[in-house]
Amino acid sequence: MMMQDNLTAGTRQIGPVVMELRNITLRFGGVVAIKDISFDIRQGEIRAIIGPNGAGKSSMLNVISGFYRPQEGEVIFRGVPRGPMKPFQVARLGIARTFQNIALFEGMTVLDNIMTGRLNRMKAGFLSQALWWGRAEREETENRAAVERIIDFLEIQNIRKTPVGRLPYGLKKRVELARALAAEPQLLLLDEPMAGMNVEEKEDMSRFILDVNDEFGTTICLIEHDMGVVMDLSDRVVVMDYGRKIGDGTPAEVRGNQAVIDAYLGVAHD
Amino acid sequence: MDQFVFAAEVVLNGLMTGVMYALVALGFVLIFKASGVFNYAQGVLALFAAMTLVSIQNGQVPFAHLINAALGTQIHHFGWTVPAALAIALTALVMVGLAFLIEKLVLQHLVGQEPIILFMATIGLAYFLEGLGDVMWGADIKTLDVGLPQGISDGIEAATAQWFGYGFFIDRLDLWATLIAVLLVAALVAFAQYTKQGRAMRAVADDHQAALSVGISLRFIWVMVWSIAGFVALVAGIMWGTKSGVQFSLSLIALKALPVLMLGGFTSIPGAIVGGLIIGVGEKLFEFTIGPMVGGATETWFAYVLALIFLVFRPQGLFGERIIERV
Amino acid sequence: MIYREAGDFKTSYRADGQTFPIRLDRWGYYAVLAVAFGIIPFVINDYWANAVLVPFLIYAIAALGLNILTGYAGQVSLGTGGFMAVGAYAVYKLMTSFPDVSILIHILLAGGITAGVGVLFGLPSLRIKGFYLAVATLAAQFFLVWLFNKVPWFYNYSASGQITAPTREVLGFAVTGPATSAPAKYLVCLVLAFLLAWVARNLTRGSIGRKWMAIRDMDIAAEIIGVDPLRAKLSAFAVSSFFIGIAGALLFAVYLGAAEVGEAFGINKSFLVLFMIIIGGLGSIFGSFAGAAFMVLLPVLLKNVLVGNLGWPTDLAAHIELMIVGALIVTFLIVEPHGLARLWRLTKEKLRLWPFPH
Repeated sequence: MMMQDNLTAGTRQIGPVVMELRNITLRFGGVVAIKDISFDIRQGEIRAIIGPNGAGKSSMLNVISGFYRPQEGEVIFRGVPRGPMKPFQVARLGIARTFQNIALFEGMTVLDNIMTGRLNRMKAGFLSQALWWGRAEREETENRAAVERIIDFLEIQNIRKTPVGRLPYGLKKRVELARALAAEPQLLLLDEPMAGMNVEEKEDMSRFILDVNDEFGTTICLIEHDMGVVMDLSDRVVVMDYGRKIGDGTPAEVRGNQAVIDAYLGVAHD
Repeated sequence: MDQFVFAAEVVLNGLMTGVMYALVALGFVLIFKASGVFNYAQGVLALFAAMTLVSIQNGQVPFAHLINAALGTQIHHFGWTVPAALAIALTALVMVGLAFLIEKLVLQHLVGQEPIILFMATIGLAYFLEGLGDVMWGADIKTLDVGLPQGISDGIEAATAQWFGYGFFIDRLDLWATLIAVLLVAALVAFAQYTKQGRAMRAVADDHQAALSVGISLRFIWVMVWSIAGFVALVAGIMWGTKSGVQFSLSLIALKALPVLMLGGFTSIPGAIVGGLIIGVGEKLFEFTIGPMVGGATETWFAYVLALIFLVFRPQGLFGERIIERV
Repeated sequence: MIYREAGDFKTSYRADGQTFPIRLDRWGYYAVLAVAFGIIPFVINDYWANAVLVPFLIYAIAALGLNILTGYAGQVSLGTGGFMAVGAYAVYKLMTSFPDVSILIHILLAGGITAGVGVLFGLPSLRIKGFYLAVATLAAQFFLVWLFNKVPWFYNYSASGQITAPTREVLGFAVTGPATSAPAKYLVCLVLAFLLAWVARNLTRGSIGRKWMAIRDMDIAAEIIGVDPLRAKLSAFAVSSFFIGIAGALLFAVYLGAAEVGEAFGINKSFLVLFMIIIGGLGSIFGSFAGAAFMVLLPVLLKNVLVGNLGWPTDLAAHIELMIVGALIVTFLIVEPHGLARLWRLTKEKLRLWPFPH
């Protein structure tokens, strides 16, 4: 039921700017992780951030998800500059994410993990929950139904009640995606969704990412190392190196950019 | 003016208590740095060491109580007494043996567990050791005397009386305890900084895996730090045991090292020392100034509450490294 | 009927989410309730009430409380004894100040007051974690015990410094004071333990419970998916302290009748309850009961064997008990960190597949 709002399946449309980053600078003590970067993310697109190790990609994602607070610059979400916010408040704006080194709740089952993605939609009061009466029970069933749809979508029905700690790596990545999807986010951030996967698993994951974008119209911003994957998946690419932005455009444009080629293949400095 | 002199005496006493706290806290820091274990049993270790020392000195038969109950015999003493120096050496041996057993039976099986699980395991260990001490040597309050000088120092009283017109009461035992504690602290720092084993210990503290890969034996290091901690506990046990008798409350005094560590930061040797001094002086001054208004005995909680309030503002402690959270 | 899921199809998410999804479990649960409410009250005597059943039920409530904080929300507390003391002194002050109000209301209010104190001492949990927090909760333990010891208002200026529960009745039966019968004590504790266990189960299966567990398993990730850590932690402290406060109130008013704070609510009580949840199982309602039963029965058993049968001195038996408890804690943490509850679950899992384990 709840997902139907987003289910304008069929033709993909890239809409207006959802998220704009303006002149972001992030420092850790004396180290500059991100230096004066600006770019935007449009409604319904798949936006990739690429760059060599240590380029500041993850830091960028952490800025968007509110985990790091940049010293300078503005984060503008849906046209409104975002003031200083705690990460959980950012999540409530409709920004969900996955993590490079899987951050699932190991002691809980797959089902419970995915249900945590819907916590912000569950509003039952304390008393209702304590007595398991009225709203609490109703909400649990409704949200369970929504979660089951995601479980079907990502084809993880058979591990529903397995504790996450027992799952292999590839499946954990998928459960993490499921948890982020359960929030029905406006903007989905994926931090290296295919790191450490074999070719088959990568293909599965690529398919899921495309399907999410296509079927739910979810805006996605992802970091990835595998250039082939990035070029195939994304609509536009930001290239970072040493905390600076060295390229921005469609995959084809970026591929032809001399600065990008230098950063990736290395260039003789004199 | 009088108030000021009283306060000075209080501070002096506090400093000496603080050195003792620092000594026990060092035992914690060493174990924590080398094995990541937050050893709640350190206090009971001190109690156990002191009990063992007294009983060896008196020639008590270990487990006499149990043997008598089980076999209906009436044995209690071997009928000899052991000189203090030899008894201390024997107790030190017992503590090394205990360190070995703890590594073998407990720590080895908990490698890689979460810190909080290890912490709870040491609470279990504390219970076990307390019971063991009681079963081995009996739970009665024992007097410990290894020949340390005791009583009020006349010299200091006379001297201060001359300078301030008021004689300071300083226990000679405290003076000696301070001196020994300072020496031991210096020795431990030197050991950690300049010897091969000390370097290995610090390497393990930094990174278990990396230390293993350059050929350092983790087990050896752990037995070593627990032995050192046992030895430190022995020294602390001697000091406090001499002062107030060997009894259960001794292990609670040693628990004060916990707030000391929270104040100083768990990984910092200077932190343990400064934290010990702050708490020693702080609780004595608080009891001296505020204590009479609220019914006294504030020393039972002052250190904990101080550490709690302090941590809220600076979670890593005075000297701890700043925690940078990552995802 | 055999112990099996197969054939017992669930046709709604609601049926799938129920507490005992397997039919035989459900029947077992009803049978236990029937015995506890329908049979025991008529056969109970003073020995069984005082030595086993009443302390078991009271400690089960305390263990439930600590398990919510430690097992579900992952915040280790060593202040349980202090919080139980708050419950005890709160109920004492309420009983003596408002003698006409029902004791049951006083007990619930005492829980509420303890919840407030728990939140206060839980505030630092936002900044400090793990064993730092555990040590910080010692501040609550030592400070509260000192407070009740030193401020005469709390013990109504009694000369002994003790608090003594006056007689109060529910439905005409005395439940506190010297005239209380064994069935009355038992029933009061049973009803409260049953209701609180049910509430604990409800809270832990819903969104609050998931927030607690998310904070426990990975607090940073929890915050990034939208859990407010302050509210999650403080609600865990509040609920946990509410339970523990009620346990303290019952321990004093119904079980002990009179108490001196250092003796009844010292740091050993904190450890006792912590051990219950370690042995019973962290993050398990059933485990809280199992652990409480174990820790209440162990000394009774040891005393019967060592003192009763072998004729050993009582103090020796007490020391041996310390050793056994310590060794058990270490063993459980090494072998089965999820405690008795998990052993029970494993047995059931085997049983479910029996006789074809593959």
